[in-house]
Amino acid sequence: MFAVMRTVAAFLCGIIFSLGLILGGILNPSNVLSFLNVSGNWNPALVFVLGSAVFVTFCGFWLKKNLSHPLLDATFQISTARQIDKSLIAGSCLFGLGWGLTGLCPGPAIASFFLLQSKSLLFLLGLIVGTMVFSYRNSVWRNFLRFR
Amino acid sequence: MSLTYWNSLAGGSLIGLACSAYLLLNGRIAGISGLLAQTLSGRAIWPGAALLFGLVSGPLLWHLMTGVWPEMTIRAPWGVVFISGCFVGFGTRLGNGCTSGHGVIGLARLSPRSIVAVICFLGAGMATATIVHLLTRT
Repeated sequence: MFAVMRTVAAFLCGIIFSLGLILGGILNPSNVLSFLNVSGNWNPALVFVLGSAVFVTFCGFWLKKNLSHPLLDATFQISTARQIDKSLIAGSCLFGLGWGLTGLCPGPAIASFFLLQSKSLLFLLGLIVGTMVFSYRNSVWRNFLRFR
Repeated sequence: MSLTYWNSLAGGSLIGLACSAYLLLNGRIAGISGLLAQTLSGRAIWPGAALLFGLVSGPLLWHLMTGVWPEMTIRAPWGVVFISGCFVGFGTRLGNGCTSGHGVIGLARLSPRSIVAVICFLGAGMATATIVHLLTRT
């Protein structure tokens, strides 16, 4: 029963997230690029989107302090990693490079699926390829280390 | 303050609400790149995949409510679009998060890793977009 409720909750969260992306203008890459490009007519709207999203989520984490477990599950599953390593920096820079080229990050790329725009679908294909190449590379690398 | 900025604040608040609700109800981080990787792996895809289904349903609901489709303009050429998609896919996995996981949730919980990640992808994104603009303007 709780498993079904978790799935429904996740679906509703996805819808709210998506409407937020559309209302905030993040779904449209040309808005994102007008923020990332500082040499043209700079558009600060993204600061308001990110700022309010961070603020509301901050309040969410504040509420979480009162809970011993999430409402629909037994435990919280939150990363406790603290190490700042080369992967974090290299990966984030590579992500930024891709983000700056087209103006799409994973959320909008997935959310725009049913708009059926050929270029956004092509980006989504690239996103899936990049994600799978990483998983494959990782498993090959782990096997290599094991058999060496 | 113009209407656009109120829309930005409302849009951001909805994103924050979704991340907070996922945290408080399901106890998990609504990081889109991580959920995509989990779904593609085919193992333990629920409830993460349901969030992605909700994400793709958003524009349909928007169309039902407003009668118009959300606007989306991609100016980058085809090849660049595909390559940048690959960079974003590989980079977000290597760096363990994207604009949602590190950007929204990481900053909200003041995670040092996420602060570094945001500086990196925002810096690289701004540098790339600015350089591309300067090189391609006519």
